[in-house]
Amino acid sequence: MTAAKKLVIYLMAEPGTPELAAAAVRGGADIVELGFPFSDPLADGPVIRLAGERALKAGMRTRECLECLARTRALVGPDIPLVPMTYAAILEAYGYDRFNTDARAAGMTSLIVADLPADERPDVKRVQLVAPTSTDERIRLAAEQTDGWLYLVTLTGTTGARTAVSSQLDGLVERARAITDLPLYAGFGISTPEHAAAAAAQADGIVVGSRAIQVADEGGAPALEAYVASLRAAIDAL
Amino acid sequence: MTTLDAETRRTYGGYGGRYVPETLIPALDELEAGWAAAKIDPAFIAELHYLLTTYAGRPTPLTLAERFAPGKRVYLKREDLLHTGAHKINNALGQAVLARRLGKQRIVAETGAGQHGVAAATVCARFGLECIVYMGSEDMRRQRPNVERMKLMGAEVRPVEFGTKTLKEATSEAIRDWITNVETTHYMIGSCVGPAPYPEIVAELQSVIGREAREQLLAAEGKLPETVIACVGGGSNAIGMFRGFVDDPGVKLIGVEAAGAASLGSGRAGVLHGSRSSILSDSDGQIADAHSISAGLDYPGVGPEHAYLRDSKRAVYLPCTDDEALAAVQRLARTEGIIPALETAHALARVADCESDYIAVCLSGRGDKDMQTLIERLGQ
Ligand SMILES: Cc1ncc(COP(=O)(O)O)c(C=O)c1O
Repeated sequence: MTAAKKLVIYLMAEPGTPELAAAAVRGGADIVELGFPFSDPLADGPVIRLAGERALKAGMRTRECLECLARTRALVGPDIPLVPMTYAAILEAYGYDRFNTDARAAGMTSLIVADLPADERPDVKRVQLVAPTSTDERIRLAAEQTDGWLYLVTLTGTTGARTAVSSQLDGLVERARAITDLPLYAGFGISTPEHAAAAAAQADGIVVGSRAIQVADEGGAPALEAYVASLRAAIDAL
Repeated sequence: MTTLDAETRRTYGGYGGRYVPETLIPALDELEAGWAAAKIDPAFIAELHYLLTTYAGRPTPLTLAERFAPGKRVYLKREDLLHTGAHKINNALGQAVLARRLGKQRIVAETGAGQHGVAAATVCARFGLECIVYMGSEDMRRQRPNVERMKLMGAEVRPVEFGTKTLKEATSEAIRDWITNVETTHYMIGSCVGPAPYPEIVAELQSVIGREAREQLLAAEGKLPETVIACVGGGSNAIGMFRGFVDDPGVKLIGVEAAGAASLGSGRAGVLHGSRSSILSDSDGQIADAHSISAGLDYPGVGPEHAYLRDSKRAVYLPCTDDEALAAVQRLARTEGIIPALETAHALARVADCESDYIAVCLSGRGDKDMQTLIERLGQ
């Protein structure tokens, strides 16, 4: 009997996001990533880029994002890991140490920085990403430096829904397993319950972002809760 | 101490770095190793030299601009006379030869003024490589002739319709394409910006400008110039020119930025497009919009080496307004019969108020591409 697979939901930090995060948790999310928007998000496809532009227009600067994080923490309680996902420019401007202090105080569990690969600023503790292009040596480095789990980028590309789970995932999981015992959560391009099941059959957990944002845009918290529940059911059925 | 040792060429006093998604790191490692091997390989050096001389038109002449600056010795380093009309071809040729060595058949590039896009399209046609150029739709409008030139040479020009619709977004989209197609694709970056090793590769490929200029100036005047001036967008023509003189402490180095895009003059330390540098951004790190009449300078970032040269006080960076640049285009055209690019005109504008009597200016490109803007703004 293997441990239950983890379900990670990414949402952009916007004024209404704490309520959405609570809905995602009711639907069965184990971990919530909160996107802190950056004007030039290199790792993101159109859906998250547009959500980020909208958030910035709504005034979601770093301070407001930290407030959003604190309100989310209050709504979801102490046990759900909350993980801001952002870009180095935001931390550079706020101050890496000051960000760590203030975000921890606001309820941050860990951090993801999309454009800080392993070895760049090793002092900043964070969840490291590995990609299909990563060499075994880099997977080892990322595993050494990461905070709790490894984020497997399923494909060479930016965030965004795809028609199928990348065929590159299997090989990446296999290589990572040979190197580390850490939990491996796969993200990028996962959007349907079928994708979720296929990716979770390989990895220890999955991350869903772009599609979660779209569902929340279209139908608000109830739609998001139902969508997350459908992902939960798919991976629990494994 | 101004000479850049190997370590400084990677870290630029805390600037530079590799602020990119993990997906790109192995490709950057491969590029770094490929470049380290190529630059000392006699076959690479010979091939690049052959192309620069027989195809691009090197060495470029040095022109004394007596009517432009009466009573002074102002020399123009004529990169405008190169094939495709700007210094950008120096870099594009070098990267194309490098990309072939790395086995890449597909090239992506970004362009602002279109000069780098044209240079990329040109070398891709010359070598039979697939070429995709990302260009902001606003820049496609104001640099129309360059869009047509790229297409004529078989490149695909992809408009970027969001954000500022200029060089910043075009660069982001080119990098996203590269992330997606990294295994088959070389990203031919157009200036000394981006993640390591790009700033160093581009600077070395452009340093031919300064090497030639130094020799030519010594031959013409028997001594080094008091001041060297170049315009700064991403900073590649300036760094290429400066590298010829950076170890000569008596030579003053001046970079000229567009007043509305003065990343060095009014920016702060930040991260954009894969490196840490001096960036136009707000106190939250969000990138600010740049504004310049010149598409090639309309960029909120700048190469990390310039941030280092500014902090170490080896170079100074001055602003120039749109109107001053327009006036300088007109002045050079009427006094010397040379129509400079609007980018270059920023450097020319600062020659007038430079107290030195012996000055070298990098004439980075010609103004043909700017005729539409010039007609609109100067009413000719
Ligand atoms: C003629 C010319 N000069 C200068 C520039 C600015 O680029 P850089 O600062 O990299 O030389 C451009 C860019 O398009 C250009 O076309």
